[in-house]
Amino acid sequence: MLKTRVIPCLLLRGQGLVKTTRFKEPKYVGDPINAIKIFNDKEVDELVLLDITASKEGRGPAFTVIEEVASECFMPLAYGGAIRSVEEARRILKLGVEKVVFNSTAWRQPDVLRDAAREFGAQAVVVSIDVRRKLFGRYEVCIDNGSKPTGMDAVEYARRMEDLGVGEILLTAIERDGMMQGYDLDLIAKVSSAVGIPVIASGGAGSLAHLKDAVEKAGANAVAAGALFVFHGPHRAVLITYPKREELERVLR
Amino acid sequence: MITIVDYGMGNLGSIRNMLKKIGVDSEVTADARSIAAASKLILPGVGAFDAGMDNLERSGLIPALNERVLQARVPTLGICLGMQLMTRSSDEGQRNGLGWVDAESLRFCPADASLKVPHMGWNRVLPARSSPLTDGLPEEPRFYFVHSFYVRCRNESDVLLTTPYGDAFHSAFQSGNVAGVQFHPEKSHKFGMCLLRNFAERF
Repeated sequence: MLKTRVIPCLLLRGQGLVKTTRFKEPKYVGDPINAIKIFNDKEVDELVLLDITASKEGRGPAFTVIEEVASECFMPLAYGGAIRSVEEARRILKLGVEKVVFNSTAWRQPDVLRDAAREFGAQAVVVSIDVRRKLFGRYEVCIDNGSKPTGMDAVEYARRMEDLGVGEILLTAIERDGMMQGYDLDLIAKVSSAVGIPVIASGGAGSLAHLKDAVEKAGANAVAAGALFVFHGPHRAVLITYPKREELERVLR
Repeated sequence: MITIVDYGMGNLGSIRNMLKKIGVDSEVTADARSIAAASKLILPGVGAFDAGMDNLERSGLIPALNERVLQARVPTLGICLGMQLMTRSSDEGQRNGLGWVDAESLRFCPADASLKVPHMGWNRVLPARSSPLTDGLPEEPRFYFVHSFYVRCRNESDVLLTTPYGDAFHSAFQSGNVAGVQFHPEKSHKFGMCLLRNFAERF
């Protein structure tokens, strides 16, 4: 049986990796190549690498870093951060990356995602949707690394992305990011029941039980986690880690 | 030296990266002369069947490939779409495939609705017979898959590996010097390294 993918989500800031809390307070957690090598050794299912400052600094994707990472990454790799055109996506995929992740571009130029899905196939195009919980159980899509609310409802937006031909949704609850208190199961359930494409739950994982909840209670197709795989213990000491396969299989079947 | 065919479809970088990691020389080429001189070929590919055949044809590489594969009988490995292009036809498109193996590419229609298409993620492979390509894989071999169509060999004796997804499908075949794998060895850790090393050294 196909196993649920358990995906470390790494945040790139300049040359280094950081981990944020609610999209703020970036804490340095190490060098990307070193982290990738550890994840290779641990035979991780898949990796997501998001450059969280590329857009804001207006510099576009850091192709050199992406190339270095891809050349050492022997598991499927998704990259996101400041991809604004099909040409940039093509260049990234050529470096040895399997999937391109769009966030702000999905809102500003959705055609880029449609064209990318047509050219590279849906399986290569991921939309990253950052969501803030509003009053009365509403969920609002935010862009620009979570800083700019769009007024758009997350479920409606997810459906639109599916209609564009996007292959997968990385769904992040901003308030849960780095808190390690569990995913926003209500959000995940709402979105995953509204679309047919895989939803990757993100934001809040602090234990294997949280991963299980996202899949079994909320219908996530895959689970992503940051802090769970880079911090250790109550004082959040940096330790890059990944559960043993037997542990994951016991929890996620 | 392994020659990786560049016809504008798919992730050549990853294959090169892993071959480099295991110390195998490779070149990526879209040049018919380089292919005519190749002693070992990889046909990669990600995307739609007809687009793949169109690109191959436009690239002008098909005569050189046919000569190498069918006459010179050099060892050739198809990966993902590359494997499907080696078959006679596909449910996905109107065009004929390369026809290097007596097989066809079919659409996934799992009876169990919980099995999504595309089949994406890690899955097991079970050996159907022994082969230099797949013998000696590490224990409990698993590979990374992303595909909506699968290959069905007409000769059971060509089947190397099967994978359960609803019914089991043929996830690797070998017919003489031609082999194909549906999964991505280049993104499958030690399992993929072993398979590509087998292809480089023993196949």
